[in-house]
Amino acid sequence: MNIAMWETFLRFGFFIVMVFIAGLYCMLITRNIMRALIGLELLTKGVTLLIIVAGYVTGKVALAQTMVITLIVIEVVVMAVAAGVIVSIFRHNGSLDARNLRSLKG
Amino acid sequence: MSSILILIPLFGVMILNLPFRSVMKRLAFWFAAVLFLVQMIVAVFHHSTIWGSSMTIFDPFFKVDFLTDNLSFIVLLAIGVVSLTSLIVARYTLKDENERFNFINLLIIASIGMSGIVMVSDIFSLYVFLEITAVSAFILIALQKERQALEGAFKYIFLSAIATIMMLSSIALLLLLTGGTSFAAIKAVVSGPGASFFGKFAVGLFLCGLFIKGGVVPFHGWLPDAYSTAPSAVSVLLAGIITKVSGIYTLMRIVISVFGFDVHISHILMFAGAVSIVTGALAALGQSDFKRMLAYSSISQVGYIVLGLGTGTMLGILGAAFHLFNHAIFKTLLFVNSASVERETGTRNMDSLGGLSAKMPVTGATSVIAFLSTSGIPPLAGFWSKLMIIVALWMSSNYAYAVIAVAASALTLAYFLSMQRRVFFGKVAEGLENIKEAPGGLVFVSIALAAITIGVGLAFPVFYTQLIEPIKELITW
Amino acid sequence: MTLNTILLIIMTLMALYTVVARSLLKATIGLAVTSAVMTILMFNLDSPLAAVFELSVCTGLITVVFASAIALTKPLTHKETIEVSKNKFRRYWYLPVIMVLSGVFMAFSNIPSSLFQPQAAAGAEDVRHVLWNARQLDLFGQIIIMLAGAFSIVILFKEVRKK
Repeated sequence: MNIAMWETFLRFGFFIVMVFIAGLYCMLITRNIMRALIGLELLTKGVTLLIIVAGYVTGKVALAQTMVITLIVIEVVVMAVAAGVIVSIFRHNGSLDARNLRSLKG
Repeated sequence: MSSILILIPLFGVMILNLPFRSVMKRLAFWFAAVLFLVQMIVAVFHHSTIWGSSMTIFDPFFKVDFLTDNLSFIVLLAIGVVSLTSLIVARYTLKDENERFNFINLLIIASIGMSGIVMVSDIFSLYVFLEITAVSAFILIALQKERQALEGAFKYIFLSAIATIMMLSSIALLLLLTGGTSFAAIKAVVSGPGASFFGKFAVGLFLCGLFIKGGVVPFHGWLPDAYSTAPSAVSVLLAGIITKVSGIYTLMRIVISVFGFDVHISHILMFAGAVSIVTGALAALGQSDFKRMLAYSSISQVGYIVLGLGTGTMLGILGAAFHLFNHAIFKTLLFVNSASVERETGTRNMDSLGGLSAKMPVTGATSVIAFLSTSGIPPLAGFWSKLMIIVALWMSSNYAYAVIAVAASALTLAYFLSMQRRVFFGKVAEGLENIKEAPGGLVFVSIALAAITIGVGLAFPVFYTQLIEPIKELITW
Repeated sequence: MTLNTILLIIMTLMALYTVVARSLLKATIGLAVTSAVMTILMFNLDSPLAAVFELSVCTGLITVVFASAIALTKPLTHKETIEVSKNKFRRYWYLPVIMVLSGVFMAFSNIPSSLFQPQAAAGAEDVRHVLWNARQLDLFGQIIIMLAGAFSIVILFKEVRKK
């Protein structure tokens, strides 16, 4: 591939890595499980953009778009299940603190 | 023809949810049972000509080339057996009818996902079916919405999502390198001496994702929590087949058919396998919860499979595939026994149980057979697969790993004997005098699984030539 | 600087805001704005269909799901919120520092383009043809997972009547 495409990829890749760092930081540092889910969602956004950029740089836009469409559908279902589990945890514990999730030891 | 394993269950689930609720609920159990029996029969008799013919009715809208070779068949058989077992266990342990109906639907969806994983030939479709299996597993663990089950499900969701992100990034990088996502396209670029740094990085990312899904140390954090807190029928399914197909079978398929073997992958696999064996065995020694101990034992046995895969020799890979099948059978049997014990006594704490072998003779006897097979005692099935792995390690000059594998077998025997002593032998504990044997269906399943373990062990030459040896054709280096 | 670079900087800043936002609702709105900026980026990268999907599903549907989940789980009282957020500010100080450092590190490391091998020329295909003809299995996968999702909504969001 030519240099222009490669530089585009590098530029996008730079910012995508930043978004990854933000998402990972959010997931690891927070004590609120809902916020951890938001961090996960940020990571997913980063990966989506990565796939689109990879498709653009190699010229296979159609394949990348079909992958992203399928990916978005799957991620919505996973997010819905995760939100459902979090709401059920709240109904048991009364709070969203992650420190309550340490009852299983060993 | 292989597409029927995906299409018929899908239409079945859609039909089962049409408005005739009361009829459908009774129909659901038998439909699922027939489905899994068909899957088992199809996997065993895979040489017949019906399998190869194409179904022209479906061709206009379902032209997919599935990849069904000998490694797929043995895993399809395991999927059928474990799903049928889980279905029967659910009949006796899930009391509410609505819950059971939801369970059966999700079980069918999970088996569609797993059959899909086994049969695809494209790395992105592999991701799609991995997610289908994972989502149905999440919902199944949280099915009864107990407090601890929700915690286990939550940890599983998070670690599985991180694994997904890693695998997707790897797929994006591979798309950049190869311009396609099918196994053949990736194999042409990544394997062999011409692979670049980015290729190796993408491969490493993908392997890390698979280690998380398969519960290989150090990414095993979700496994004990999820296995021990899920409802009994779900634990049977999770431990027996879901973790193995999502993580370990996919690892084998990717390493054998796509990435190829090189020195680095071999070292990583063997090291991770050995660490898993030792960590799982040591952690299992100190457990007092029955299912949690079985979960750590699963981590240990999966380490054997990864260790065998890591050797790269023909004997090692055949041993790994055989151990995968054996583990599916005897781990399922152990979880069925724990389901029987939990159903009759109401507790999973081994310290408050005792002397159950007098009251529950069949459960006790079958659990003895299961753990002897796990530790590798002849002539049961587990002995042959462990022997193959250890001999493969010895012959490829990895003497240290072979010694670790043999020593861990002794550890396995130790913790299982401790479990037997605490739960089944000795005096009958207080409050347990009125325990009866588990109901007929659970007893039947335990005896059937134990019979398979003994039968495969005794008839090892026949089993080997029919189902294991054909895998040799896949190994092309 | 080109339009793409400006959009990328805005997206990163919105992601940063999502992480340090005090209330969960503001974090969700930050996530929605990040998705919207990504949509424009995807339009610029020749991917209109994926951009529309991302806009309608990620910016719309997921924001609604998160907002309803947040509404179902009552937030902390006002005093507790201020207490928690004071500690948070000190912890979140690390994030911009990490980002700046990694940015500097990446800017000065040179990755030669010779690492990537040359690609075959790509044909101009329509997304709809690729999705229907070549990737049918993924379509079936989407149907199956939506069925599973429907079950999850029924099972997980139902209130337990008898306690």
